[in-house]
Amino acid sequence: MSLLVHQIGPACTLQDQGRAGFLDQGLSRSGAADQLALHEGAALLGQSPDCAALEMAGMGGTFEATQPVTIALTGAPMQASIDGSPIVWNASHVLEAGQRLTIGAVQQGNYGYLHVGGGIDAPLFLESRSAHLTAKVGRAAQAGDLLPIGPYSGSAGMKLRPDDRFAGGGLRALASFQTPLFDQETLDRFARTVFRRGTRANRMGMQLDSEGKGFAAKGQLDILSEVITPGDIQMTGTGNPFILLPECQTTGGYPRIATVLPCDLPRAAQTPAGGPLQFTFVTMDQAVALHATYLADLSRLRAQVEPLVRDPHDIADLLSYQLIGGVISATD
Amino acid sequence: MTPQHTAPFPRIRTVGLDGLLISFADTMAESSNRAALAFRDAIDTSRWEGVIETSASLASAYVRFDPINLPHSEIQARVEQLLQQQDWYQAPLPSGRRLWKVPTVYGGELAPQLDEAAAAAGLSPTDAIQRLGDSRVRVLTIGFAPGQPYLGPLGPEFNIPRLKELNPMVPEGALVLAISQFVLFSGPTPTGWRHVGQTAFRCFRPEALQSFALRPGDEMQFLPVSRDDLEDIRAANDGSGGATCEEIPA
Repeated sequence: MSLLVHQIGPACTLQDQGRAGFLDQGLSRSGAADQLALHEGAALLGQSPDCAALEMAGMGGTFEATQPVTIALTGAPMQASIDGSPIVWNASHVLEAGQRLTIGAVQQGNYGYLHVGGGIDAPLFLESRSAHLTAKVGRAAQAGDLLPIGPYSGSAGMKLRPDDRFAGGGLRALASFQTPLFDQETLDRFARTVFRRGTRANRMGMQLDSEGKGFAAKGQLDILSEVITPGDIQMTGTGNPFILLPECQTTGGYPRIATVLPCDLPRAAQTPAGGPLQFTFVTMDQAVALHATYLADLSRLRAQVEPLVRDPHDIADLLSYQLIGGVISATD
Repeated sequence: MTPQHTAPFPRIRTVGLDGLLISFADTMAESSNRAALAFRDAIDTSRWEGVIETSASLASAYVRFDPINLPHSEIQARVEQLLQQQDWYQAPLPSGRRLWKVPTVYGGELAPQLDEAAAAAGLSPTDAIQRLGDSRVRVLTIGFAPGQPYLGPLGPEFNIPRLKELNPMVPEGALVLAISQFVLFSGPTPTGWRHVGQTAFRCFRPEALQSFALRPGDEMQFLPVSRDDLEDIRAANDGSGGATCEEIPA
């Protein structure tokens, strides 16, 4: 069983929770830029968050099911339709054999996700299905690809109401081991500044713009290269910050002023160009408590899905709706 | 926020929410790299529940853990206790290390900055090739790109600065030199280091069962060969670059 790709945007890759354990080999985790969206898709389909999904940066594609499949759409909202009839984002749907799912441009945020019941069953590489393009692991999806689908026996027609995380906002951050390289004046100014996401952004990292002078560290250019983790806020030589994302390098010499908490990384990654971002330092105790809440929220997602009630007014042509097909696939 | 004050080495500092960095120096030296490799190995051997992954950089060991099930106070105490168990700067290197001997073309069209590096080291090109070819260097750390080793230390004469202008592109298998270290590139990349040798050795082989050739602590020697020899090795096309590999007795 598979999903045939007819058309596809330039930056769509398979992503799961990423691969841990290869940092010592210079390979960073990769995985979905918005991990919350991965969990939301799993909750909508009633399956494991370990399943791989298609991450679509900015633009989706056109897909055709070779057999009936169940899909879910999460993350940055994009225009989506099945055979021309609009479908709801943050919801699960049935795509019958031969039907075309069209996902267009992003309306808010950056990364949308297409999940399938059973997960996209591509071969594992080093225990993960995540592409890591900067490490030349995997490749972007292309027209003509057949995305293999794993076995699945669940159903569709559910929705979630996630909080808006697609327009920037506040990010909680922790002091890290290189924070003391910055003087107090610089740290205070950093926390007061409202940044705008710059135009340079990909799965390695995203640039932050601000008015006024940069945020340089003392002795910035001669420090020993040390470990880098996703969420680190790294300064370039001119003191211009980047938030590092799942395909970041594993080690580097430019200093990090702070680290964004994992619970706020989805919001960071989804901030569109020009979107405002501001950092608040929290203590380690606060950070651990916030992290525990985040993990508990992820495990509660499945209890929060609710039936997708179809409003006949939203359906352009009620008679063409595949009511019978849905019944058949649900009882197979 | 809580500033972390400078402490004497070894020094334990937090990395984001879920990491500790145990640093043995703030500059690269053989003994601090030895300590980092040995200490990282000791954390792995301890098999603490809640540890997710570890790595070693030039002079630090890093451990990432689940802070919910292994609280900061707990892992910090365990790391401190482990640090006190021995003088890590004198610790034996991890066992299971290997010595790789890699055929290398020095200088010429394939490695055009050998002459310049030799001059910066105050040597003739012939002397530089002999010294570099005789040097047995350690995989100090792997990073920046998948499987890519930082190798050293080379003799003090090779403590030459990085280039002011970037080398726009060096190919996979390039051996580059600066600050008494080599890097053996795992993919084509721009660099500020001088391109002194060229190998056919692939550090990252995603298509192979063993995707990563090297491990931190392994040793390497880059033996001079002719360009024709390298072309013959390339024709074999198995990614090994004609390298030999032997266990280093513990």
